[in-house]
Amino acid sequence: MNQIAVIFRRELGSYFSTPLAYVFIVMFLILTGVFTFYLGGFYERRQADLVPFFTFHPWLYLFLIPAVSMRLWAEERKTGTLELLLTLPVSLKTTVLGKFLAAWAFTGIALALTFPIWLTVNYLGSPDNGVIFAGYIGSWLMAGGFLAIGSCLSAATNNQVIAFILTVVVCFLFVVAGFPLVLEAFQKWAPAMFVDAIAGLSFLTHFDAVSRGVLDLRDLLYFLIMIGSWLVATAVVIDMKKAD
Amino acid sequence: MITIENLQKAFDGVVAIDGISLNVSPGEVLGFLGPNGAGKSTTMKMITGFIKPSSGRVTLFDHNVQSDPVKAKELIGYLPEGAPAYGDMTAIQFLSFIADIRGIKKPVKEQRIQEVVRLLDLGAVSGRPIDTLSKGYKRRVGIAQAILHDPKILILDEPTDGLDPNQKHQVRELIRSLAKDKIVIVSTHILEEVTAVCTRAVVIAKGRVLADATPSELESQSRYHRAVTLMLDQVNENEALEIFSSLAGVSAVEVSPDHTGRYTLLPQTDVDLLPLVHELTQQRGWVVDEIFKERGRLDDVFRELTSNNQKENRREVA
Repeated sequence: MNQIAVIFRRELGSYFSTPLAYVFIVMFLILTGVFTFYLGGFYERRQADLVPFFTFHPWLYLFLIPAVSMRLWAEERKTGTLELLLTLPVSLKTTVLGKFLAAWAFTGIALALTFPIWLTVNYLGSPDNGVIFAGYIGSWLMAGGFLAIGSCLSAATNNQVIAFILTVVVCFLFVVAGFPLVLEAFQKWAPAMFVDAIAGLSFLTHFDAVSRGVLDLRDLLYFLIMIGSWLVATAVVIDMKKAD
Repeated sequence: MITIENLQKAFDGVVAIDGISLNVSPGEVLGFLGPNGAGKSTTMKMITGFIKPSSGRVTLFDHNVQSDPVKAKELIGYLPEGAPAYGDMTAIQFLSFIADIRGIKKPVKEQRIQEVVRLLDLGAVSGRPIDTLSKGYKRRVGIAQAILHDPKILILDEPTDGLDPNQKHQVRELIRSLAKDKIVIVSTHILEEVTAVCTRAVVIAKGRVLADATPSELESQSRYHRAVTLMLDQVNENEALEIFSSLAGVSAVEVSPDHTGRYTLLPQTDVDLLPLVHELTQQRGWVVDEIFKERGRLDDVFRELTSNNQKENRREVA
Protein backbone atom coordinates (compact mmCIF):
# COMPACT_ATOMS: atom_id res chain seq x y z
CA MET A 1 0.00 0.00 0.00
CA ASN A 2 1.07 3.52 -0.66
CA GLN A 3 2.99 4.83 2.33
CA ILE A 4 1.48 8.31 2.13
CA ALA A 5 -1.95 6.71 2.42
CA VAL A 6 -0.84 4.69 5.46
CA ILE A 7 0.43 7.76 7.27
CA PHE A 8 -2.59 9.77 6.16
CA ARG A 9 -5.00 7.20 7.56
CA ARG A 10 -3.21 6.89 10.87
CA GLU A 11 -3.04 10.64 11.31
CA LEU A 12 -6.65 11.27 10.36
CA GLY A 13 -7.72 8.42 12.64
CA SER A 14 -5.82 9.98 15.51
CA TYR A 15 -7.86 13.19 15.18
CA PHE A 16 -11.06 11.29 15.70
CA SER A 17 -9.72 9.12 18.51
CA THR A 18 -9.96 12.09 20.87
CA PRO A 19 -12.90 14.43 21.47
CA LEU A 20 -10.72 17.24 20.12
CA ALA A 21 -11.87 16.65 16.55
CA TYR A 22 -15.54 16.82 17.44
CA VAL A 23 -15.05 19.88 19.62
CA PHE A 24 -13.20 21.55 16.78
CA ILE A 25 -15.88 20.78 14.22
CA VAL A 26 -18.70 21.93 16.51
CA MET A 27 -16.83 25.15 17.35
CA PHE A 28 -16.16 25.78 13.69
CA LEU A 29 -19.80 25.29 12.74
CA ILE A 30 -21.10 27.47 15.58
CA LEU A 31 -18.64 30.25 14.82
CA THR A 32 -19.30 30.24 11.08
CA GLY A 33 -23.01 30.49 11.91
CA VAL A 34 -22.52 33.34 14.35
CA PHE A 35 -20.27 35.26 11.97
CA THR A 36 -22.49 34.75 8.97
CA PHE A 37 -25.85 35.56 10.53
CA TYR A 38 -24.98 38.15 13.18
CA LEU A 39 -21.80 39.91 12.13
CA GLY A 40 -22.22 39.34 8.40
CA GLY A 41 -25.87 40.34 8.31
CA PHE A 42 -26.80 37.41 6.09
CA TYR A 43 -30.53 38.19 6.11
CA GLU A 44 -30.27 41.97 6.25
CA ARG A 45 -28.25 42.08 3.06
CA ARG A 46 -31.10 40.44 1.19
CA GLN A 47 -28.67 39.01 -1.35
CA ALA A 48 -28.49 35.37 -2.37
CA ASP A 49 -24.76 34.77 -1.93
CA LEU A 50 -22.34 33.52 0.72
CA VAL A 51 -20.11 36.59 0.92
CA PRO A 52 -20.86 37.15 4.62
CA PHE A 53 -19.99 33.49 5.18
CA PHE A 54 -16.61 33.52 3.46
CA THR A 55 -15.51 37.00 4.58
CA PHE A 56 -14.83 35.84 8.10
CA HIS A 57 -12.99 32.65 7.22
CA PRO A 58 -9.49 34.15 7.41
CA TRP A 59 -10.20 35.36 10.93
CA LEU A 60 -11.79 32.13 11.98
CA TYR A 61 -8.88 30.12 10.61
CA LEU A 62 -6.44 32.37 12.36
CA PHE A 63 -7.34 30.76 15.68
CA LEU A 64 -8.87 27.44 14.72
CA ILE A 65 -6.26 26.15 12.27
CA PRO A 66 -3.29 26.55 14.65
CA ALA A 67 -5.27 24.40 17.10
CA VAL A 68 -5.29 21.64 14.51
CA SER A 69 -1.72 22.04 13.35
CA MET A 70 -0.06 22.47 16.75
CA ARG A 71 0.01 18.77 17.49
CA LEU A 72 1.22 17.64 14.07
CA TRP A 73 4.88 17.37 15.02
CA ALA A 74 5.17 18.80 18.52
CA GLU A 75 3.38 15.78 19.94
CA GLU A 76 5.49 13.30 18.00
CA ARG A 77 8.58 15.00 19.34
CA LYS A 78 7.29 15.06 22.89
CA THR A 79 6.22 11.41 23.04
CA GLY A 80 9.30 10.19 21.18
CA THR A 81 7.30 8.67 18.33
CA LEU A 82 9.22 10.99 16.01
CA GLU A 83 12.20 8.68 16.44
CA LEU A 84 10.05 5.66 15.71
CA LEU A 85 8.50 7.27 12.64
CA LEU A 86 11.77 8.49 11.19
CA THR A 87 13.53 5.16 11.64
CA LEU A 88 10.84 3.36 9.67
CA PRO A 89 11.67 2.87 6.00
CA VAL A 90 9.78 5.97 4.87
CA SER A 91 11.25 9.11 3.40
CA LEU A 92 10.80 12.30 5.36
CA LYS A 93 9.02 13.80 2.35
CA THR A 94 6.34 11.10 2.50
CA THR A 95 5.84 11.56 6.22
CA VAL A 96 5.55 15.35 6.03
CA LEU A 97 3.12 15.13 3.13
CA GLY A 98 1.02 12.35 4.64
CA LYS A 99 0.59 14.16 7.93
CA PHE A 100 -0.18 17.47 6.25
CA LEU A 101 -2.76 15.92 3.93
CA ALA A 102 -4.51 14.32 6.91
CA ALA A 103 -4.76 17.67 8.66
CA TRP A 104 -5.94 19.28 5.45
CA ALA A 105 -8.57 16.61 4.88
CA PHE A 106 -9.73 17.13 8.43
CA THR A 107 -10.32 20.86 7.86
CA GLY A 108 -11.96 19.88 4.57
CA ILE A 109 -14.42 17.74 6.51
CA ALA A 110 -15.19 20.62 8.87
CA LEU A 111 -15.67 22.95 5.92
CA ALA A 112 -17.89 20.48 4.08
CA LEU A 113 -20.11 20.22 7.12
CA THR A 114 -21.13 23.86 6.63
CA PHE A 115 -23.24 22.66 3.67
CA PRO A 116 -26.57 23.58 5.36
CA ILE A 117 -25.65 27.21 4.79
CA TRP A 118 -25.30 26.51 1.11
CA LEU A 119 -28.68 24.75 1.12
CA THR A 120 -30.20 27.66 3.02
CA VAL A 121 -29.08 30.23 0.51
CA ASN A 122 -30.38 28.07 -2.31
CA TYR A 123 -33.71 27.75 -0.51
CA LEU A 124 -34.03 31.48 0.03
CA GLY A 125 -32.96 32.63 -3.41
CA SER A 126 -31.07 31.59 -6.48
CA PRO A 127 -27.37 32.23 -5.90
CA ASP A 128 -24.57 31.68 -8.37
CA ASN A 129 -23.50 28.22 -7.22
CA GLY A 130 -20.30 28.43 -9.25
CA VAL A 131 -19.16 31.39 -7.16
CA ILE A 132 -20.02 29.56 -3.97
CA PHE A 133 -18.11 26.50 -5.11
CA ALA A 134 -15.11 28.68 -5.94
CA GLY A 135 -15.46 30.21 -2.48
CA TYR A 136 -15.27 26.78 -0.88
CA ILE A 137 -12.21 25.87 -2.95
CA GLY A 138 -10.54 29.15 -2.03
CA SER A 139 -11.35 28.72 1.62
CA TRP A 140 -9.98 25.20 1.67
CA LEU A 141 -6.79 26.28 -0.10
CA MET A 142 -6.36 29.05 2.42
CA ALA A 143 -6.83 26.55 5.24
CA GLY A 144 -4.04 24.53 3.62
CA GLY A 145 -1.77 27.58 3.71
CA PHE A 146 -2.46 28.14 7.39
CA LEU A 147 -1.89 24.45 8.10
CA ALA A 148 1.42 24.36 6.26
CA ILE A 149 2.67 27.29 8.33
CA GLY A 150 1.42 25.51 11.45
CA SER A 151 3.13 22.29 10.40
CA CYS A 152 6.49 24.02 10.13
CA LEU A 153 6.19 25.80 13.46
CA SER A 154 4.94 22.66 15.17
CA ALA A 155 8.07 20.89 13.95
CA ALA A 156 10.22 23.51 15.64
CA THR A 157 9.10 22.77 19.19
CA ASN A 158 7.89 19.96 21.43
CA ASN A 159 5.44 22.25 23.19
CA GLN A 160 2.03 22.45 21.59
CA VAL A 161 1.14 25.74 23.28
CA ILE A 162 4.23 27.40 21.85
CA ALA A 163 3.44 25.92 18.45
CA PHE A 164 -0.08 27.32 18.68
CA ILE A 165 1.00 30.83 19.63
CA LEU A 166 3.79 31.01 17.05
CA THR A 167 1.42 29.86 14.36
CA VAL A 168 -1.22 32.43 15.30
CA VAL A 169 1.41 35.17 15.16
CA VAL A 170 2.85 34.15 11.79
CA CYS A 171 -0.57 33.55 10.25
CA PHE A 172 -1.73 36.90 11.61
CA LEU A 173 1.13 38.59 9.78
CA PHE A 174 0.17 36.83 6.57
CA VAL A 175 -3.45 37.88 6.95
CA VAL A 176 -2.97 41.52 7.91
CA ALA A 177 -0.35 42.03 5.21
CA GLY A 178 -3.27 42.61 2.84
CA PHE A 179 -5.27 44.76 5.21
CA PRO A 180 -5.87 48.31 3.87
CA LEU A 181 -4.70 49.75 7.21
CA VAL A 182 -1.33 48.02 6.97
CA LEU A 183 -0.87 48.75 3.30
CA GLU A 184 -1.60 52.44 3.83
CA ALA A 185 1.05 52.59 6.51
CA PHE A 186 3.57 51.34 3.96
CA GLN A 187 2.25 53.42 1.09
CA LYS A 188 3.38 56.62 2.77
CA TRP A 189 7.06 55.87 2.47
CA ALA A 190 7.72 52.62 0.63
CA PRO A 191 7.95 52.24 -3.15
CA ALA A 192 4.81 50.93 -4.82
CA MET A 193 6.48 47.71 -5.80
CA PHE A 194 7.24 46.91 -2.18
CA VAL A 195 3.65 47.61 -1.16
CA ASP A 196 2.41 45.37 -3.94
CA ALA A 197 4.80 42.65 -2.85
CA ILE A 198 3.46 42.78 0.70
CA ALA A 199 -0.12 42.78 -0.51
CA GLY A 200 0.76 39.92 -2.82
CA LEU A 201 1.96 37.81 0.10
CA SER A 202 -1.27 38.18 1.97
CA PHE A 203 -3.87 35.49 2.33
CA LEU A 204 -6.59 38.14 2.21
CA THR A 205 -5.70 39.49 -1.23
CA HIS A 206 -5.79 36.08 -2.85
CA PHE A 207 -8.71 34.73 -0.89
CA ASP A 208 -10.89 37.76 -1.71
CA ALA A 209 -10.41 37.21 -5.40
CA VAL A 210 -11.22 33.49 -5.21
CA SER A 211 -14.21 33.93 -2.93
CA ARG A 212 -15.74 36.40 -5.37
CA GLY A 213 -15.74 33.57 -7.85
CA VAL A 214 -12.64 34.54 -9.81
CA LEU A 215 -10.58 31.37 -10.04
CA ASP A 216 -7.37 32.97 -11.25
CA LEU A 217 -4.46 30.59 -11.81
CA ARG A 218 -2.17 33.01 -10.00
CA ASP A 219 -4.25 32.83 -6.82
CA LEU A 220 -4.34 29.06 -6.94
CA LEU A 221 -0.60 28.98 -7.55
CA TYR A 222 -0.08 31.35 -4.67
CA PHE A 223 -1.75 28.97 -2.23
CA LEU A 224 -0.07 25.88 -3.66
CA ILE A 225 3.37 27.50 -3.57
CA MET A 226 2.66 28.73 -0.06
CA ILE A 227 1.78 25.18 1.03
CA GLY A 228 4.72 23.69 -0.83
CA SER A 229 7.32 26.06 0.58
CA TRP A 230 6.15 25.73 4.16
CA LEU A 231 6.15 21.94 3.85
CA VAL A 232 9.70 22.00 2.53
CA ALA A 233 10.55 24.22 5.48
CA THR A 234 8.88 21.66 7.76
CA ALA A 235 11.13 18.91 6.43
CA VAL A 236 14.20 21.08 6.84
CA VAL A 237 13.29 22.00 10.42
CA ILE A 238 12.66 18.36 11.36
CA ASP A 239 15.93 17.29 9.81
CA MET A 240 17.83 20.01 11.65
CA LYS A 241 16.22 19.53 15.02
CA LYS A 242 15.97 15.74 15.10
CA ALA A 243 18.51 15.22 17.79
CA ASP A 244 17.11 17.76 20.26
CA MET B 1 27.01 -7.23 8.58
CA ILE B 2 27.20 -3.87 10.30
CA THR B 3 30.26 -1.77 9.67
CA ILE B 4 30.76 1.32 11.77
CA GLU B 5 33.73 3.41 10.77
CA ASN B 6 35.16 6.11 12.95
CA LEU B 7 31.79 7.44 14.02
CA GLN B 8 31.79 10.88 15.58
CA LYS B 9 29.05 13.13 16.83
CA ALA B 10 29.20 16.52 18.43
CA PHE B 11 26.21 18.41 19.79
CA ASP B 12 26.82 22.14 19.70
CA GLY B 13 30.55 21.57 19.86
CA VAL B 14 30.36 19.07 22.73
CA VAL B 15 31.74 15.73 21.62
CA ALA B 16 29.29 12.93 22.42
CA ILE B 17 30.74 10.16 20.26
CA ASP B 18 34.46 10.24 19.75
CA GLY B 19 35.51 7.85 17.02
CA ILE B 20 33.69 4.53 17.42
CA SER B 21 34.54 1.73 14.98
CA LEU B 22 32.92 -1.69 15.12
CA ASN B 23 32.10 -4.65 12.90
CA VAL B 24 29.18 -6.86 13.85
CA SER B 25 28.30 -10.09 12.06
CA PRO B 26 25.09 -12.13 11.94
CA GLY B 27 24.72 -14.43 14.91
CA GLU B 28 26.29 -11.97 17.28
CA VAL B 29 24.40 -10.44 20.17
CA LEU B 30 26.27 -7.31 21.00
CA GLY B 31 25.67 -5.58 24.30
CA PHE B 32 26.40 -1.90 24.64
CA LEU B 33 27.41 -1.17 28.18
CA GLY B 34 28.21 2.12 29.70
CA PRO B 35 27.33 4.66 32.35
CA ASN B 36 24.43 7.00 31.68
CA GLY B 37 25.34 9.59 29.09
CA ALA B 38 28.13 7.44 27.69
CA GLY B 39 26.76 7.61 24.16
CA LYS B 40 24.98 4.25 23.88
CA SER B 41 21.69 5.70 22.70
CA THR B 42 23.38 8.26 20.47
CA THR B 43 25.33 5.51 18.74
CA MET B 44 22.13 3.52 18.22
CA LYS B 45 20.35 6.57 16.86
CA MET B 46 23.13 6.96 14.30
CA ILE B 47 23.07 3.29 13.32
CA THR B 48 19.32 3.50 12.73
CA GLY B 49 19.69 6.70 10.74
CA PHE B 50 17.70 8.88 13.12
CA ILE B 51 20.51 11.35 13.62
CA LYS B 52 23.36 12.14 11.29
CA PRO B 53 26.93 11.57 12.45
CA SER B 54 29.26 14.57 12.39
CA SER B 55 31.70 12.30 10.60
CA GLY B 56 32.24 8.61 9.99
CA ARG B 57 30.09 6.03 8.28
CA VAL B 58 27.59 3.29 9.09
CA THR B 59 26.99 0.54 6.53
CA LEU B 60 24.36 -2.16 6.96
CA PHE B 61 24.76 -5.10 4.55
CA ASP B 62 26.20 -2.80 1.86
CA HIS B 63 23.60 -0.09 2.39
CA ASN B 64 25.01 3.16 3.65
CA VAL B 65 22.62 4.58 6.25
CA GLN B 66 23.30 8.13 5.11
CA SER B 67 23.09 7.78 1.36
CA ASP B 68 20.61 4.89 1.14
CA PRO B 69 18.43 5.39 4.21
CA VAL B 70 15.18 3.73 3.16
CA LYS B 71 16.87 0.47 2.09
CA ALA B 72 18.99 0.46 5.23
CA LYS B 73 15.99 1.11 7.46
CA GLU B 74 14.11 -1.80 5.91
CA LEU B 75 16.74 -4.11 7.38
CA ILE B 76 16.40 -2.78 10.90
CA GLY B 77 13.96 -3.43 13.68
CA TYR B 78 14.43 -0.74 16.27
CA LEU B 79 13.16 -0.22 19.77
CA PRO B 80 13.97 3.41 20.62
CA GLU B 81 14.71 4.51 24.16
CA GLY B 82 11.54 4.55 26.24
CA ALA B 83 9.62 2.39 23.72
CA PRO B 84 7.57 5.19 22.12
CA ALA B 85 4.27 4.23 20.46
CA TYR B 86 1.10 5.98 19.37
CA GLY B 87 -0.86 5.91 22.59
CA ASP B 88 -4.27 6.45 21.03
CA MET B 89 -4.00 3.24 19.02
CA THR B 90 -4.57 -0.25 20.33
CA ALA B 91 -1.63 -2.63 20.21
CA ILE B 92 -3.18 -4.40 17.20
CA GLN B 93 -3.86 -1.15 15.34
CA PHE B 94 -0.32 -0.01 16.04
CA LEU B 95 1.24 -3.25 14.81
CA SER B 96 -1.00 -3.13 11.76
CA PHE B 97 0.18 0.43 11.03
CA ILE B 98 3.81 -0.65 11.29
CA ALA B 99 3.14 -3.63 9.00
CA ASP B 100 1.48 -1.36 6.41
CA ILE B 101 4.35 1.11 6.49
CA ARG B 102 6.82 -1.72 6.07
CA GLY B 103 4.81 -3.01 3.13
CA ILE B 104 3.87 -6.38 4.65
CA LYS B 105 0.95 -7.66 2.56
CA LYS B 106 -2.33 -9.14 3.74
CA PRO B 107 -2.06 -12.85 4.54
CA VAL B 108 1.50 -12.53 5.86
CA LYS B 109 0.56 -9.44 7.81
CA GLU B 110 -2.14 -11.13 9.92
CA GLN B 111 0.16 -14.08 10.46
CA ARG B 112 3.09 -11.96 11.59
CA ILE B 113 0.96 -9.86 13.93
CA GLN B 114 -0.46 -13.00 15.54
CA GLU B 115 3.03 -14.40 15.83
CA VAL B 116 4.55 -11.40 17.62
CA VAL B 117 1.49 -11.04 19.85
CA ARG B 118 2.06 -14.64 20.89
CA LEU B 119 5.83 -14.25 21.30
CA LEU B 120 5.46 -11.21 23.54
CA ASP B 121 2.37 -12.44 25.32
CA LEU B 122 0.27 -9.43 24.32
CA GLY B 123 -2.95 -11.34 23.71
CA ALA B 124 -4.72 -10.07 26.82
CA VAL B 125 -4.15 -6.39 26.04
CA SER B 126 -4.07 -6.36 22.25
CA GLY B 127 -7.40 -4.51 22.00
CA ARG B 128 -6.62 -1.82 24.53
CA PRO B 129 -5.21 1.64 23.71
CA ILE B 130 -1.47 1.64 24.31
CA ASP B 131 -1.78 4.67 26.61
CA THR B 132 -3.69 2.57 29.12
CA LEU B 133 -1.10 -0.22 29.26
CA SER B 134 1.45 -0.75 32.02
CA LYS B 135 5.09 0.09 31.45
CA GLY B 136 5.98 -3.56 30.92
CA TYR B 137 3.31 -4.06 28.28
CA LYS B 138 4.28 -0.84 26.50
CA ARG B 139 7.86 -2.03 26.33
CA ARG B 140 6.72 -5.36 24.91
CA VAL B 141 4.56 -3.63 22.30
CA GLY B 142 7.72 -1.75 21.32
CA ILE B 143 9.67 -4.99 20.97
CA ALA B 144 6.80 -6.57 19.02
CA GLN B 145 6.89 -3.64 16.63
CA ALA B 146 10.64 -4.07 16.18
CA ILE B 147 10.55 -7.79 15.31
CA LEU B 148 7.35 -7.65 13.26
CA HIS B 149 9.06 -7.79 9.88
CA ASP B 150 11.61 -10.38 11.00
CA PRO B 151 14.51 -7.96 10.48
CA LYS B 152 18.09 -8.95 9.81
CA ILE B 153 19.25 -6.35 12.30
CA LEU B 154 17.60 -5.86 15.64
CA ILE B 155 18.51 -2.83 17.70
CA LEU B 156 16.99 -2.60 21.14
CA ASP B 157 17.63 0.32 23.45
CA GLU B 158 17.18 -1.00 26.99
CA PRO B 159 14.67 -3.70 26.08
CA THR B 160 14.11 -4.96 29.62
CA ASP B 161 13.78 -1.61 31.35
CA GLY B 162 10.58 -1.58 33.40
CA LEU B 163 9.90 -5.30 33.12
CA ASP B 164 9.43 -7.57 36.12
CA PRO B 165 11.87 -10.49 36.59
CA ASN B 166 9.63 -12.97 34.76
CA GLN B 167 9.16 -10.66 31.82
CA LYS B 168 12.88 -9.90 31.77
CA HIS B 169 13.59 -13.59 31.57
CA GLN B 170 11.03 -13.98 28.79
CA VAL B 171 12.47 -11.13 26.73
CA ARG B 172 16.01 -12.45 27.14
CA GLU B 173 14.87 -15.88 25.99
CA LEU B 174 13.24 -14.22 23.01
CA ILE B 175 16.38 -12.28 22.11
CA ARG B 176 18.47 -15.43 22.39
CA SER B 177 16.07 -17.37 20.18
CA LEU B 178 15.98 -14.61 17.56
CA ALA B 179 19.71 -14.19 17.52
CA LYS B 180 20.62 -17.24 15.45
CA ASP B 181 20.75 -15.61 12.04
CA LYS B 182 20.44 -11.98 13.03
CA ILE B 183 22.57 -9.17 14.27
CA VAL B 184 21.27 -8.04 17.61
CA ILE B 185 22.48 -4.94 19.42
CA VAL B 186 21.12 -4.25 22.88
CA SER B 187 22.04 -1.47 25.20
CA THR B 188 21.71 -1.97 28.88
CA HIS B 189 23.05 -0.87 32.19
CA ILE B 190 22.09 -4.16 33.78
CA LEU B 191 25.31 -6.15 33.84
CA GLU B 192 23.71 -9.53 34.46
CA GLU B 193 21.88 -9.06 31.19
CA VAL B 194 25.16 -9.02 29.33
CA THR B 195 26.20 -12.41 30.66
CA ALA B 196 22.66 -13.69 30.13
CA VAL B 197 22.17 -12.80 26.45
CA CYS B 198 25.23 -11.27 24.84
CA THR B 199 27.98 -13.00 22.92
CA ARG B 200 29.97 -9.81 22.85
CA ALA B 201 30.18 -6.85 25.18
CA VAL B 202 31.27 -3.39 24.18
CA VAL B 203 31.90 -0.96 27.00
CA ILE B 204 31.42 2.67 26.05
CA ALA B 205 32.17 5.72 28.13
CA LYS B 206 32.58 9.31 27.09
CA GLY B 207 31.85 8.33 23.52
CA ARG B 208 34.73 5.91 23.22
CA VAL B 209 34.98 2.13 23.13
CA LEU B 210 36.86 1.05 26.27
CA ALA B 211 36.50 -2.68 25.88
CA ASP B 212 35.27 -5.05 23.22
CA ALA B 213 35.29 -8.70 24.28
CA THR B 214 33.11 -11.65 25.16
CA PRO B 215 31.44 -11.38 28.55
CA SER B 216 33.69 -14.12 29.95
CA GLU B 217 36.81 -12.38 28.67
CA LEU B 218 35.62 -9.25 30.43
CA GLU B 219 34.98 -11.21 33.59
CA SER B 220 38.49 -12.61 33.45
CA GLN B 221 39.85 -9.08 33.67
CA SER B 222 38.29 -8.81 37.08
CA ARG B 223 40.54 -9.12 40.10
CA TYR B 224 37.99 -11.66 41.34
CA HIS B 225 38.61 -13.92 38.36
CA ARG B 226 39.34 -17.42 39.76
CA ALA B 227 39.04 -16.10 43.30
CA VAL B 228 37.65 -18.52 45.86
CA THR B 229 34.78 -17.42 48.04
CA LEU B 230 33.73 -19.51 51.00
CA MET B 231 31.46 -19.29 54.02
CA LEU B 232 32.69 -20.65 57.29
CA ASP B 233 30.58 -21.41 60.27
CA GLN B 234 31.78 -20.83 63.84
CA VAL B 235 35.35 -19.89 63.06
CA ASN B 236 37.14 -16.96 64.67
CA GLU B 237 37.41 -14.30 62.02
CA ASN B 238 40.88 -13.01 62.91
CA GLU B 239 42.28 -16.49 63.10
CA ALA B 240 40.81 -17.45 59.73
CA LEU B 241 42.12 -14.26 58.14
CA GLU B 242 45.61 -14.94 59.41
CA ILE B 243 45.62 -18.50 58.20
CA PHE B 244 44.22 -17.62 54.78
CA SER B 245 46.70 -14.81 54.27
CA SER B 246 49.62 -17.11 54.93
CA LEU B 247 48.36 -19.72 52.48
CA ALA B 248 50.67 -20.10 49.48
CA GLY B 249 49.26 -18.60 46.29
CA VAL B 250 46.91 -16.16 48.00
CA SER B 251 47.54 -12.54 47.12
CA ALA B 252 44.84 -10.96 49.27
CA VAL B 253 41.91 -11.89 51.47
CA GLU B 254 38.66 -9.99 51.76
CA VAL B 255 36.09 -10.59 54.42
CA SER B 256 32.49 -9.55 54.32
CA PRO B 257 32.00 -6.50 56.52
CA ASP B 258 28.81 -7.84 58.11
CA HIS B 259 30.68 -10.66 59.95
CA THR B 260 28.75 -13.47 58.31
CA GLY B 261 31.95 -15.43 57.88
CA ARG B 262 32.22 -14.93 54.16
CA TYR B 263 35.80 -14.78 52.85
CA THR B 264 37.09 -14.13 49.38
CA LEU B 265 40.62 -15.25 48.59
CA LEU B 266 42.25 -13.61 45.61
CA PRO B 267 44.81 -15.79 43.83
CA GLN B 268 48.26 -14.93 42.63
CA THR B 269 48.61 -15.29 38.89
CA ASP B 270 47.98 -18.78 37.50
CA VAL B 271 47.28 -20.38 40.85
CA ASP B 272 44.26 -22.61 41.21
CA LEU B 273 43.22 -21.92 44.77
CA LEU B 274 40.21 -24.16 45.10
CA PRO B 275 41.97 -27.45 45.87
CA LEU B 276 44.39 -25.69 48.22
CA VAL B 277 41.61 -24.04 50.17
CA HIS B 278 39.61 -27.23 50.25
CA GLU B 279 42.56 -29.11 51.68
CA LEU B 280 43.15 -26.40 54.26
CA THR B 281 39.59 -26.45 55.54
CA GLN B 282 39.70 -30.21 55.85
CA GLN B 283 42.96 -30.10 57.80
CA ARG B 284 41.52 -27.51 60.17
CA GLY B 285 38.21 -29.29 60.44
CA TRP B 286 36.25 -26.10 59.60
CA VAL B 287 32.62 -26.37 58.69
CA VAL B 288 32.22 -24.97 55.18
CA ASP B 289 28.70 -23.81 54.32
CA GLU B 290 29.53 -22.80 50.81
CA ILE B 291 32.59 -22.69 48.59
CA PHE B 292 32.98 -21.74 44.97
CA LYS B 293 35.37 -20.36 42.42
CA GLU B 294 34.37 -17.00 40.98
CA ARG B 295 34.30 -16.31 37.26
CA GLY B 296 35.00 -12.68 37.86
CA ARG B 297 32.74 -9.79 38.65
CA LEU B 298 31.51 -7.79 35.71
CA ASP B 299 30.44 -4.83 37.81
CA ASP B 300 33.94 -4.68 39.18
CA VAL B 301 35.47 -4.64 35.66
CA PHE B 302 32.87 -2.12 34.56
CA ARG B 303 33.70 0.23 37.42
CA GLU B 304 37.40 -0.21 36.86
CA LEU B 305 37.12 0.54 33.14
CA THR B 306 34.80 3.50 33.36
CA SER B 307 36.37 5.17 36.40
CA ASN B 308 39.88 4.78 34.96
CA ASN B 309 38.67 6.60 31.95
CA GLN B 310 37.39 9.42 34.07
CA LYS B 311 40.68 9.67 35.90
CA GLU B 312 42.52 9.85 32.62
CA ASN B 313 40.30 12.64 31.46
CA ARG B 314 40.84 14.54 34.65
CA ARG B 315 44.55 14.27 34.14
CA GLU B 316 44.18 15.58 30.61
CA VAL B 317 42.30 18.57 31.91
CA ALA B 318 44.89 19.22 34.61
